[in-house]
Amino acid sequence: MLQVRNLSKTFGGVKAVQDVSFTVRAGTIHAVIGPNGAGKTTLFNLITGIYTPTSGEILFDDAPAGGESPDRLARRGMSRTFQNLQVCMNMSAIENVMVGAHLRLGSSLLAGLFRLPGLAKADAECRDEAARLMDFVGVGQYRDTHASQMSYGALKRLEIARALAAKPKLLLLDEPAAGLNHTETGEIEALIRKIADSGITVVLVEHDMKLVMNLSDHILVLDYGRKLAEGTAAEIRDNPDVIAAYLGASA
Amino acid sequence: MTMKPTTRGFLFLAFVLAVLPLALPNAYYYDLAIRIAINASIAVGLNLLIGYTGQISLGHAGFFGIGAYASAILTSRYGWPSGVALIAGAAATALLAFAVARPILKLKGHYLAMATLGLGIILSMLIVNETDFTGGPDGMPVDAFSLFGWQITGEQTWYAVVAVMLLLVTRAALNLIDAPAGRALQAIHGSEIAARVAGIDTTSFKVRVFVLSAVVASVMGSVTAHYVGFLTPGAAGFFHSIELVTMVVLGGMASVFGSILGAVVLTLLPQLLSAFEGWETVVFGLILMLTMIFLPRGIVPTLRLKFAGRAA
Amino acid sequence: MLSELLQFLFSGLTVGAMYALAAVGFSLIYSASGVINFAQGEFIMLGGMSAALLVQAGVPLPLAIALAVLAAAVAGLIVEKLAIEPAGNSEVVTLVIITIGASLTLRGLAEVFLGKGNHALPAFSGEEPIAILGATLMPQSLWVMGVTLVVVVALALFFGRTTLGKAVLATSCNKLAAQLVGINTRFILLLAFGLSGALGALGGILVAPMTYTSYDVGIMMGLKGFVAATLGGLGSGVGAIVGGLLLGVVEAMTAGYISSAYKDAMPFVLILLILFFLPQGLFGKKTTDRV
Repeated sequence: MLQVRNLSKTFGGVKAVQDVSFTVRAGTIHAVIGPNGAGKTTLFNLITGIYTPTSGEILFDDAPAGGESPDRLARRGMSRTFQNLQVCMNMSAIENVMVGAHLRLGSSLLAGLFRLPGLAKADAECRDEAARLMDFVGVGQYRDTHASQMSYGALKRLEIARALAAKPKLLLLDEPAAGLNHTETGEIEALIRKIADSGITVVLVEHDMKLVMNLSDHILVLDYGRKLAEGTAAEIRDNPDVIAAYLGASA
Repeated sequence: MTMKPTTRGFLFLAFVLAVLPLALPNAYYYDLAIRIAINASIAVGLNLLIGYTGQISLGHAGFFGIGAYASAILTSRYGWPSGVALIAGAAATALLAFAVARPILKLKGHYLAMATLGLGIILSMLIVNETDFTGGPDGMPVDAFSLFGWQITGEQTWYAVVAVMLLLVTRAALNLIDAPAGRALQAIHGSEIAARVAGIDTTSFKVRVFVLSAVVASVMGSVTAHYVGFLTPGAAGFFHSIELVTMVVLGGMASVFGSILGAVVLTLLPQLLSAFEGWETVVFGLILMLTMIFLPRGIVPTLRLKFAGRAA
Repeated sequence: MLSELLQFLFSGLTVGAMYALAAVGFSLIYSASGVINFAQGEFIMLGGMSAALLVQAGVPLPLAIALAVLAAAVAGLIVEKLAIEPAGNSEVVTLVIITIGASLTLRGLAEVFLGKGNHALPAFSGEEPIAILGATLMPQSLWVMGVTLVVVVALALFFGRTTLGKAVLATSCNKLAAQLVGINTRFILLLAFGLSGALGALGGILVAPMTYTSYDVGIMMGLKGFVAATLGGLGSGVGAIVGGLLLGVVEAMTAGYISSAYKDAMPFVLILLILFFLPQGLFGKKTTDRV
């Protein structure tokens, strides 16, 4: 599904990502972990087209994806959420999710000016679909609530609903459990499991080790922009380099 | 079947526009109503850009000026039919807007404000300086609008024309907001990066809405030129651009009816201010500051929140 | 040929020095508060107008200048206190309208209290032109450039050597961090506005003997000052100076070699070019958005 080969990104003098290579197989849950500043979000931004690689290549679904724009990648079936919550606070919850489905609706400005009957019907269907997604992620009760009125935990799930609305093949979640308490983290864990079970490949960046160990089929560890280790949860847990760099006593 | 609030608002607007002539005693009031309707159309178009998509334009009067002077020059100096001249003006505006939109809309915040400001001022200076075409600072007269031999003259006819135009523009804007394209625009305002990863080509959308609002301004410029019969460069000036932005921001960003209300207030304001002889500029400046400080969202959204609070 | 070029260069540098002072004011305020102060031009106008009227009323020139600069500084403080502070963290569009409102209010007040007439200040040290390589240089020009140089050096010392100056720089880098180390950022903001008012006024006073000043020169001056600041890079002091001088020279060259009618349009063409191709200006820093 996703192949990264010798990927590097330099900002001025800072080598944020150095020569990272890994493969994500379709239908798996893949986690990227590492200390703060290890380059995890930079890696995400490179994969999702927000940054252009300095060198190396990215292949999404066997086709080149390095340096593509985010909206083109979305068209190819990639979707993501953000570490610092990028929800449209000027819209209602359901509208946010409907935005996620944008690619599957008629999007011409001109068509929008005239209320064509086909458009209205497609819109109503989109709304129903969005409502179902909101139920799926567990925020169904906020359907018509304005985004600015929702709690942080609910917004995090809303963002996931928006990402799912695009019916992606690959979903990248950037710290989905950040800022959540124990119960909420458990709920997110269950949600991610549900998403993976529905056939979507999931890649996540996370700091919560329990979540990562429970969910992941495969883990990639980054440190100072380089790949430190790669393997299953059991392999990573016992890897002395990883323990030294990162896990310490919280394994 | 319950009606959506926006449908109710639209029908109310249509009702008011239809019934208003009964309350207008003489030509002076008709003139005010016509100017309000023209400003309202421009404001609704501009709000799509500023309020919904979250961009800024401090040079929109420039587009108004292009339409106005295109109509004026082509009809009065070259004898073109009015309808063709209007379309030519709109086309020229669309081309210019399209050409500058991409580089300008890459900018954000204050830089975008300055770029649009610069554009507006350049257009305004062109109009002032090309005296041979435009009559320069003294202005130029404009022939009446004629369509297939029938001339539009007289306040009542003009009122009907601009009222219909306002209804069309409002209806189109309301349609757009409910459409996927409208949501895309608002998403660009809410979080451009989120919109992009959702598959929205944000640059393309920003360009399209910029061109759309520019064309609306241009058409209204042409209308104003024919209606007033005389045109001066102030139509494209910085002050006019600020007036237009204020209508949008004062009435309510991301609120179609807010823009209409803003147009009403801003058009009537000079009439009210004439009571403060000599102090007009000061009072206008104070009003701008006070409303932006205390009603940053604009009148309609602030009222809406108040009523929503009570209903909850 | 050379003398013509020199002539344009002199007049360009002279008016450029005024733009430079305005640009420093813009950059200062933008750095400290993120606000583009559309009222900056009115400070320039206030300086020139107040000084001119004070002199006409019989006040000796040096005192008139001092009072005018003070008046503009006070105007700056008032604008910050009454217009900017209450606005808090409003959106850009809102802040733009607020400062435009402030600009209109100041202009309107000038119209009412200072009248609609044109005024000029007497030249500081006479009107004998100095001949240099075939071009003439007015003594006033030397005053303009000389005072600007002194001001620039003083500002550099202020920001580089004094604690208060460094506090201003700290606030402009990161307001929250500055607050956390005990810097009173509200005071800094007031200072920035007051200082900008003074700088703008100084610029206006310096060129008033050569160009007529009236209540409505503010808008153009302000806009051009902003262009100069953006040219040099918003937030960069050096950039503001360079931007101002460059703008003045380009304008003078345009007036001399191309067309004097369009000399006023040149700054805006320049700003479009800069914003399209080099948005961070000559000395500004390129920024990337972190997501």
